[in-house]
Amino acid sequence: MIHARGLARTFAGRGKGAEKVEVKAVAGVDIDVDEGEIVGFLGPNGAGKTTTLRMLTTLLTPTAGTATVAGYDVVTESQKVRRSIGYVSQSGSTSPEARAGEEIVDHGMLYGISKAQATARGRELFEQLDLDGLWTREPKAMSGGQRRRLDIAMGLVHDPTLVFLDEPTTGLDPQARANLWTHISDLRSRRGATIFLTTHYLDEADALCDRILVIDHGTIVASDTPDALKRQVSGDLVELVLADASRSGEAATVLSRVADDDLTVSGATVSARVRGAGHEVAGLIRSLDAAGIALESLEVRRPTLDDVFLTLTGRSLREDA
Amino acid sequence: MFWRETFIVFRRQLRLALRNPAWVIIGLIQPILYLVLFGPLLEPIAGQLGAQNAYTLFVPGLLVQLGLFGALFAGFGLIAEWRAGVIEAERVTPASRTALLLGRILRDVLQLVVQGAVLIGLAFFFGLTGSIAGMFLGLLLTVLLGAACAAASNALALTTKSEDVMAPLINSVALPVLLLSGILLPMTIGPQWLQIVSDFIPTKYIVNAIRELFTGDFFTITVFWGVLWTLVLFAAGLWVGTRTFRKENA
Ligand SMILES: Nc1ncnc2c1ncn2[C@@H]1O[C@H](COP(=O)(O)OP(=O)(O)OP(=O)(O)O)[C@@H](O)[C@H]1O
Ligand SMILES: [Mg+2]
Repeated sequence: MIHARGLARTFAGRGKGAEKVEVKAVAGVDIDVDEGEIVGFLGPNGAGKTTTLRMLTTLLTPTAGTATVAGYDVVTESQKVRRSIGYVSQSGSTSPEARAGEEIVDHGMLYGISKAQATARGRELFEQLDLDGLWTREPKAMSGGQRRRLDIAMGLVHDPTLVFLDEPTTGLDPQARANLWTHISDLRSRRGATIFLTTHYLDEADALCDRILVIDHGTIVASDTPDALKRQVSGDLVELVLADASRSGEAATVLSRVADDDLTVSGATVSARVRGAGHEVAGLIRSLDAAGIALESLEVRRPTLDDVFLTLTGRSLREDA
Repeated sequence: MFWRETFIVFRRQLRLALRNPAWVIIGLIQPILYLVLFGPLLEPIAGQLGAQNAYTLFVPGLLVQLGLFGALFAGFGLIAEWRAGVIEAERVTPASRTALLLGRILRDVLQLVVQGAVLIGLAFFFGLTGSIAGMFLGLLLTVLLGAACAAASNALALTTKSEDVMAPLINSVALPVLLLSGILLPMTIGPQWLQIVSDFIPTKYIVNAIRELFTGDFFTITVFWGVLWTLVLFAAGLWVGTRTFRKENA
């Protein structure tokens, strides 16, 4: 459904004063998304997610590279691309003074569907996205989360089979977020839609996506399933909190026998990466017991995508929006 | 398809304008104030200016002012829409880019027709007499000029995307154009140098043409020039507008 090769975009920016600097927002990315896939595009602020999406949705001309979306070239067949996709932008899509329902219907009609069809689908989306009763409300009188859901409804009103969502869940409360995840999964299972979404949320990409592309500084640094990406990190994090901090040296020695990486001691806390921690923990506790080291607590954490990002780029992925 | 899309955009714009008619009303009140507060001053000197009826001199000027000023500021609404993400949302649909522009211009045109008709109608109460057919033609020229200005203004808005850039730009163009078009008083009463400068202002020819149309002189060289300039500006405005709207929206 989506194939991009060396897709790049530079912006002519301004440095201090009049000096011209080029901002390399996207520095040549290859993307392949198959029909029916849900692919997550994960990266920190300014990584180039929106810019990539705007190129794929024909809103921005690439400065280099090529891309086909739904079988059409984004530059030479932009009209056909637009006909085949739905797009929810990161910022809004409605006039503050308009009425929500009218915006939805007009938007659908610009895609060529009839007024009746757009109204029916719009109302259905309002119901599914918990916007009941807001049909005649002005967006300026809606809450941020309601407006966000209105944006999502706008992008889906014409039933696209390929949907681009730019940070769809930003500003949604946990319940609305979970509801939207269900909705997005349904789009695929009920309508066979292909979905390409950007997010900062690691749990979101993990929960929703078949595949994750990690982008940083305009370059894709990883592309794999969430599980495979997590496996790249050497093991689960085992964290021991000792009852007696003075025994931490001994505890570290015990832990180091099963540890693979990252053995750290900090006060009463000793931690390390342990591959297959589930297996090792029982033996570990026995060894500690035998040595007479009492534990306050023990925690085993599966690697998060944040850990993956750290491994891949040496930087932590900021989780805030 | 194209006209359907244009109509969808037009209907949306009209709905929004009617819901908040402050701008429409302000745009209308301004020429009415001129008519009421300035018109009477012209009446006694109309003869000296070569007109039998002060209002065949004055109303055409006000019409062109409406067309110029009202439409030139149309782009400000577009910047607000761009900021809200509406423009990008429309541009990601398969709708024709030209339709997105034309729908907006048509709203401005409709507004101009209403304002112009109200102005002419009101002027009758003040003593306007002249050719009704000429007044219709004059209004038509005004509307074409307004459409050109609206298109140019929308193009400028989409290019600059900033009210702070656009406002001084438009004001610095519109005010001299307005003064040099002889909107309040015909340029012929001015000194030589002022007349020569005003010869370079296309809208002067349009004002003059509308004045002759109002008095019922249809087939004069003045009318010819005015119509020609209107058509040239109309074509140029639409060309710039569509070109900008077709271009990417970076
Ligand atoms: N129109 C523009 N002109 C100049 N620079 C731009 C423009 N749009 C984006 N950039 C720059 O390109 C880079 C990538 O921006 P982009 O919006 O794609 O990031 P993002 O991954 O979507 O970030 P976020 O998570 O904050 O949404 C940033 O450094 C940004 O400043
Ligand atoms: Mg973004």
